[in-house]
Amino acid sequence: MKKKEIKKKIFRPVSFLPLEKIIYPLITLLAFTGIWHGLSTMYPTYQLPSPLDVCRGMMELWGEGVIWEHIRVSLFRFSVAYFLAAASGIFLGLLFGWHIRLHAAFDPFVQMLRPISPIAWFPLAILWFKVGDPPAIFIIYLAAFFPILLTTIAAVRSVEHIYLQVALNFGTRERDILTKIIIPAAFPQIMVGLHLALGSAWIHLVAGEMLGAQSGLGFLIIDARNFLRTDWIISGMIFIGLLGLALDKCMGWMEKRINLLWGHVMKN
Amino acid sequence: MEKTVKIKVDGLYKTYLDARGRVYDALKKIDLEVYEGELLCLLGPSGCGKTTLLRIMAGFEQPSRGYVAIDGGIVEKPHVKYMILFQNYGLFPWRTVLGNTEYGLEVNGVPARQRKEKAMELVRLVGLEKFAHNHPHQLSGGMQQRTAVARALAVDPEVIFMDEPLGALDAMTRLKMQEEIVRLWQDKRKTIVFVTHDISEAVYLSDRIAIMSLSPGRISKLVDVPLGRPRNRSGADFARVQDFIYAEFEMSIREEIDYYI
Repeated sequence: MKKKEIKKKIFRPVSFLPLEKIIYPLITLLAFTGIWHGLSTMYPTYQLPSPLDVCRGMMELWGEGVIWEHIRVSLFRFSVAYFLAAASGIFLGLLFGWHIRLHAAFDPFVQMLRPISPIAWFPLAILWFKVGDPPAIFIIYLAAFFPILLTTIAAVRSVEHIYLQVALNFGTRERDILTKIIIPAAFPQIMVGLHLALGSAWIHLVAGEMLGAQSGLGFLIIDARNFLRTDWIISGMIFIGLLGLALDKCMGWMEKRINLLWGHVMKN
Repeated sequence: MEKTVKIKVDGLYKTYLDARGRVYDALKKIDLEVYEGELLCLLGPSGCGKTTLLRIMAGFEQPSRGYVAIDGGIVEKPHVKYMILFQNYGLFPWRTVLGNTEYGLEVNGVPARQRKEKAMELVRLVGLEKFAHNHPHQLSGGMQQRTAVARALAVDPEVIFMDEPLGALDAMTRLKMQEEIVRLWQDKRKTIVFVTHDISEAVYLSDRIAIMSLSPGRISKLVDVPLGRPRNRSGADFARVQDFIYAEFEMSIREEIDYYI
């Protein structure tokens, strides 16, 4: 009996009022800002500016249009790197997922490269690509490529056998098996990889832009530190966080749309 | 009417190595002839190898000895003329009912308009015209089954192998689908080999029943079902045949127990 009650408690669906969804995070935000403000009174501004200082800093960056240029540059690098990673990761993932021998040949190599943080590639990135966009794009690419590659391989591998048997029964040619069976069957899982990679790529964007770049959100932060504009550092961080959140939401929305179109049920 | 042999299974064995490396026969010396246009059931307890036999007949597995021939040609791999309906249908979740039905025509190069028409005709035949643009996950089990049937029929196969296709359905839907299968079979005159472990299902559907038994998997008895169609499940004749099959079935299981002792 007791077990049943516990179960009930765990599995009872919780429903929010629409207002609650706004109020709860707002309370957290207010509390956080309050504590932050309290702490900021104990430190000099260059170490911890108050929330108000940061607000002013944000307005400043916004008003002068500086922030837009940085965002534009960052998004450009990010999209180039991300699309390169998606194209090459999905292509190789399909190849390795389908051809078992090829996978056996490359897997140890991939597994060895994978645990190397993209940040460890910094020196090489600089040596190879000098300064500007290319080293940053390279770092972001690395951050996105491996999750996409690995999930695509796993996705192809886990395509249900029965689909292939049905395809075989209908006399499907190998080319059609790839386009009409493997890709659509693996797509939802590939999408998960794309989503993961988006987060990883965005995180490494900042790192990538801290080396050699003369623009972008990562550069903004580093540059602000050189002038001890701590309010701009935090403003930059907030912009990065908000943009990352927006990208993630966009991706989630696209994922949902595609799954619907594809007829897959979201497992929640 | 002269009966022509459509499928011939001759001296077929399927052997496996078990975990200790001993050889055992999953199927032993299967001889079977299926006639053109008949509906034959393979009836047996689970583990008797009836699904394996069906998969070998459809070309999805190779026998260890012996052969399967359809129209005199040895079966080596699956062919679009011999369709198998799997237990859990294998519908493509990313395609609609119509899209699934079109699949076989599409990969065999039928032009888009023609295949749409043909597929729609079959979707109508199985009574799913209202759901033509729904995806499988939006359908009930019975409707999924109908979609699988429509997809198989779309390529106009000569033989349809059915691997317990109604196993996942609830009792009422199951009865309804049995009627549907008989209706489609009478309409299309395909040769059907149907695997089941349900005696009453076998009696309702079959012209003949091949009763299989366990360890090694073999056909212990081949029984004609002397009932006209449409069949009346609550009739005395039906009950008599069912009792008879049941007795045979029991016997094959009892043999099995003796075999162990």
